[in-house]
Amino acid sequence: MSAPTLASSIETPHVPAAHVQVQPVTMRRVLASEWIKLRSLRSTRITLLVAFLLMAGVGILYSAVTANQWSTMSAGDKAGFDPTLAALRGHMFAQLAVGVLGVLVVSGEYATGMIRASLTAVPKRLPVLWAKSLVFGAVTLVTMTIASLIAFFGAQAVLTSQNLQTTLSASGVLRSVLGAGLYLTLVGLIGVALGGLMRNTAGAISTLLGVLLLLPVMIDLFPSSIRSDISPYLPGNAGEALLSPAQQAGYLAPWTGFAVMCAYAVAALVGAAFVLKRRDA
Amino acid sequence: MISADGLVKRYGEKTAVKGLSFEVRPGIVTGFLGPNGAGKSTTMRMIVGLDEPSAGRVTVNGKPYAGHAAPLGEVGIMLEARAVHTGRSAHNHLLALGATHGIGRRRVDEVVDLVGLREVARKRVGGFSLGMGQRLGIASALLGDPQTVILDEPVNGLDPEGVRWVRNLLRGLAAEGRTVFVSSHLMSEMALTAEHLIVIGRGELIADTSVEEFVKLASNNSVRVRSPQAPRLRSLIAGPDVTVSSEEAGVLTVTGLESDRIGVIAAEHRITLYELAPQQASLEDAFMEMTQDAVEYRTSQDDGAGLPVGAGRSAA
Repeated sequence: MSAPTLASSIETPHVPAAHVQVQPVTMRRVLASEWIKLRSLRSTRITLLVAFLLMAGVGILYSAVTANQWSTMSAGDKAGFDPTLAALRGHMFAQLAVGVLGVLVVSGEYATGMIRASLTAVPKRLPVLWAKSLVFGAVTLVTMTIASLIAFFGAQAVLTSQNLQTTLSASGVLRSVLGAGLYLTLVGLIGVALGGLMRNTAGAISTLLGVLLLLPVMIDLFPSSIRSDISPYLPGNAGEALLSPAQQAGYLAPWTGFAVMCAYAVAALVGAAFVLKRRDA
Repeated sequence: MISADGLVKRYGEKTAVKGLSFEVRPGIVTGFLGPNGAGKSTTMRMIVGLDEPSAGRVTVNGKPYAGHAAPLGEVGIMLEARAVHTGRSAHNHLLALGATHGIGRRRVDEVVDLVGLREVARKRVGGFSLGMGQRLGIASALLGDPQTVILDEPVNGLDPEGVRWVRNLLRGLAAEGRTVFVSSHLMSEMALTAEHLIVIGRGELIADTSVEEFVKLASNNSVRVRSPQAPRLRSLIAGPDVTVSSEEAGVLTVTGLESDRIGVIAAEHRITLYELAPQQASLEDAFMEMTQDAVEYRTSQDDGAGLPVGAGRSAA
């Protein structure tokens, strides 16, 4: 082609003789990519910190208030008090932050257009969803389990003043404390799946909140005969069974409930995988 | 090398791309030209598998895009719509993309320098100007040192300096033997950058030709003649292949006869000429002429195929 005379006089960008070793895309590399993505967003770090503080802090605060008011509490309230449940109260609030974060991990890519870059790098597509789920799931599990342990020990410390404390070795306690981490991880993964299914932040968050908060309230409007058939199997209720040292009325057995919630998460992720594979990005 | 064979893309009722077949060869810059909405971006998205073709197939370097083990090493693409998370820095964006292919910090720094974003590489992309965003898009496309580079409207939003920079970059990439496929709706830009053109309108191929041929093909090169004896000259140059028109007194527009010949005839008959100017259609004119049919077709169809507007509306 005829080289224009003008071009030679100005700086011609030179593509450096690149020594790029481009390697095949593997699951390990996609995981590394998702890990960079997750930790390089300020919004992710802030949301995760909020979830951590809620999980670790609310239970301690609640326990402190309870210990303080113990002498004036009714006998019924005293009988219903469980030091483990009190310590893990924060999960109700932390699940909102974790769920929102799960949604954002996926929907944020659709909102900004980043998904197009992600899928041109990994055109097989599904590894992106699996890697997101694994990386986000692992980070959530670790941070929320730590938060749960802090909540537990902190709460027991403040409950000592009224001699209400329990220990990890007591029946069902360790399972409940670790269960909080597992429960929150599943909530986050359901958020990931909803983000992938709906590709829209507002829609996916509303759906998640509807499932976790609104659905149980709606079921309560039904006659108790129907309610008792449905309520234990709602995703939130099923998973929360794991957080109680002793099985409570209206809840499934701990691991049964957990398995039911796992089934919800798996179903949602499979749906998200189907949509990711089939729909244009 | 990009080969498209009978590509079709339908979105519900609308057909955005209608049976496109073309080849983009290595070693030259190929322009992908068409009015807005002609289907350029859709076609590019199909090339890299973001959109699934409704029919037909497209391969890059011999394989469907998704069939490559390391696609970023084969094809680098910059799409018109930004494909970057606004909350992430340019550096981390490239690092995350590169990680999928084992591309590390060193190469990321290299492409950041190449596109001139070093000073802002650690800042959030959300604060980038349009031009900086384009540069980051180009950096992403070059990350894997790909053999084929696809850029959708790369000069949009760039200042003149940047436009010239992109032009030289594209030529440089082609000179290294790479396949360079660049879309634009600006004919003039393509004239300066591309050697070959693929022109589409309403999702159909209009031309697949060199820039030079394209101008010839699309334009009737004419000669403008101004003379006080215009009517006499008009009768002297008349012939079977010659058309002469006159829009103002004393001015003739002649097609089918070269300016040299007109000059000779005028001299032989002692006719005074004030002006004898070959008119070359600009690329923009050629482009307009080429795509006019496509545009007209759309308009008439929308209005009810040639019926009077009122009748068409009520019939529809």
